[in-house]
Amino acid sequence: MRYDFVVIGNSAGGIGCVEAIREKDRESSVLVISAEKYHAYSRALIPYYLDGKIDFERMYYRPPDFYEKMNVDTKLGVKAVGIDVEAKKVLLESGESVEYDKLLIATGGKPFIPPMEGLAEQSNVFTFLKMDDVLAVEKAIKDAKRVVVLGGGIIGLMASEVLAKKGLEVKVVELADRVLAPVVDEITSRRVEKKFEEHGVEIILNNTIAKVVGDERVEKVVLRDGRELETDMLIVAVGVVPNVEIVKDTPIKVNRGIVVNRKMETSVKDVYACGDCAEIYDFIFGANRVLPLWPTAYTGGRIAGFNMLGEEREYTLATSMNAMHFFDYYIINAGLNVPNDSEEFEVIYKQEGDSYRKFALKDGRIAGFIIAGKMERAGIFLRLMEEEIDVSPFKDKLLKDDFGYIDIPEPIRWELLEEKVKLGVVREI
Amino acid sequence: MAKIRVITKPEVCMGCHLCEVWCTVAHSRSKDIIKAFMYEQPRAQPRILVEEDLPETFALQCRHCEEPKCVAACIAGAMYKDEDGVVLHDESKCVACYSCIMACPYGAIRINLETKKPLKCDLCKGLDYPYCVMKCPNNALEVVVEAEEFV
Ligand SMILES: Cc1cc2nc3c(=O)[nH]c(=O)nc-3n(C[C@H](O)[C@H](O)[C@H](O)COP(=O)(O)OP(=O)(O)OC[C@H]3O[C@@H](n4cnc5c(N)ncnc54)[C@H](O)[C@@H]3O)c2cc1C
Repeated sequence: MRYDFVVIGNSAGGIGCVEAIREKDRESSVLVISAEKYHAYSRALIPYYLDGKIDFERMYYRPPDFYEKMNVDTKLGVKAVGIDVEAKKVLLESGESVEYDKLLIATGGKPFIPPMEGLAEQSNVFTFLKMDDVLAVEKAIKDAKRVVVLGGGIIGLMASEVLAKKGLEVKVVELADRVLAPVVDEITSRRVEKKFEEHGVEIILNNTIAKVVGDERVEKVVLRDGRELETDMLIVAVGVVPNVEIVKDTPIKVNRGIVVNRKMETSVKDVYACGDCAEIYDFIFGANRVLPLWPTAYTGGRIAGFNMLGEEREYTLATSMNAMHFFDYYIINAGLNVPNDSEEFEVIYKQEGDSYRKFALKDGRIAGFIIAGKMERAGIFLRLMEEEIDVSPFKDKLLKDDFGYIDIPEPIRWELLEEKVKLGVVREI
Repeated sequence: MAKIRVITKPEVCMGCHLCEVWCTVAHSRSKDIIKAFMYEQPRAQPRILVEEDLPETFALQCRHCEEPKCVAACIAGAMYKDEDGVVLHDESKCVACYSCIMACPYGAIRINLETKKPLKCDLCKGLDYPYCVMKCPNNALEVVVEAEEFV
């Protein structure tokens, strides 16, 4: 079998690539390979599904006739096990192989499981990254009362919130001295911790699980400080690491993730990578890094798709960005996570009740921000960051709850808005 | 088929907010201003907004970007661009994660006070003409026909 384009991965990155290819070209042959058997779904929705906010069908990222409409072939439930970059072939678990002209690797991440004494394959230990995980957790909570969640990052906390709402007694164990430590600043972390405590979730900081007790099932976990927690379930949500197994025996360069340039090309010709398995240039960070985010995966896949078709495009505006919420407390942040007492950055912020706005500036440019409480229009800040606008002349206004384009002085305002707003948008009628 | 543009003209915008009022009507069930504001529950909400720092004002709504960042950011597949190039939001798929609000460079996605879900301009799809443009008393919003193709 031979295809013009082979895409490994059927999630944000893979779909972004397929959609870009089909925007420009209907004829080429495209194959999507995915180890998971499901139609393209969003793993970011698994907490919402468990919560009952959406039903199973709504986990699907694209309509049922997506592959047909896109005119792509699929191999779902088929694991790719290797790549022969010389022969330009993807090797499948079944022993078959598929030849490609151009290849995208969008294999995403895999859970990081820290070493814990006594951890075997107990039946009540779960990760929280994929459809099968959430289906297993859904089943398990039917006869569980207590759950321990290892990891106070975004995913661990999202799982904890839902489980608490379902009436379970939830304890979160976090190694750092606050939750979400790599993502947001201390003020925000403390607010989030408070929300969880108000909802009966115990957050245990500066601690980790040293040992798990129980053969078939984990019955108890022993923390580093000796404290013991009895539990009916353990969810390990410590982190996600790039899933790069597939390039192991190839010359494709891997650092933490698969290294790509701004065209999403790997170090090997005709092989591209994007999403959680890759390491891309972060324009604020100023270097390559893993940015395990939905928008980055999708956009990276899209840029890869154009380049695979021969239409040169660069992904120049990737950076860290998160929209998250815990017990209806919303937070949006982007760029660098700067402490308020930073000497390297000028930090301005305003705190009022539940509302929080904070900007870290470097040479007048926004290098990072956090918005919590009043969320409307937060995207304007990302835009100011992307355009590297010197905000010093209006920096105080950034802290206004209703900051808008009107607060950006002319002529910058109209430079930012001219083309699209003054000159309009297009609709066909 | 014709391609239309909606443009905003800050120099003639009076800041009357009628575009917001009529956007509300356009998205009400009855399309009747009195019913929309007095009787319909929950009351429809505007998707356009007037930026103001008096005396300066101008209206802003979704720009229906060529390559919409909200669509790329949406974790639920709820944001999409339809065949006509209109960026639409499928509320039934939306989980209110606000990724679109984070991504929209214009800050043009509003929040439904009732459902907390994002709310955006659909260019009055299904209606004859965008209400905000039709009802602007001073032509501060205008539709410009860009090109016509005859089938
Ligand atoms: C619970 C949860 C909530 C999240 N919430 C958010 C959020 O709100 N916002 C945000 O930006 N991000 C969020 N994320 C992160 C986001 O989901 C990821 O960044 C995104 O899914 C990455 O997409 P991807 O295409 O790189 O890979 P993945 O989504 O990880 O998909 C990888 C694909 O590759 C396939 N695959 C892997 N290995 C093989 C193989 N060997 N052979 C064949 N196929 C293979 C898999 O089957 C899958 O189809 C969340 C993640 C989780 C788990």
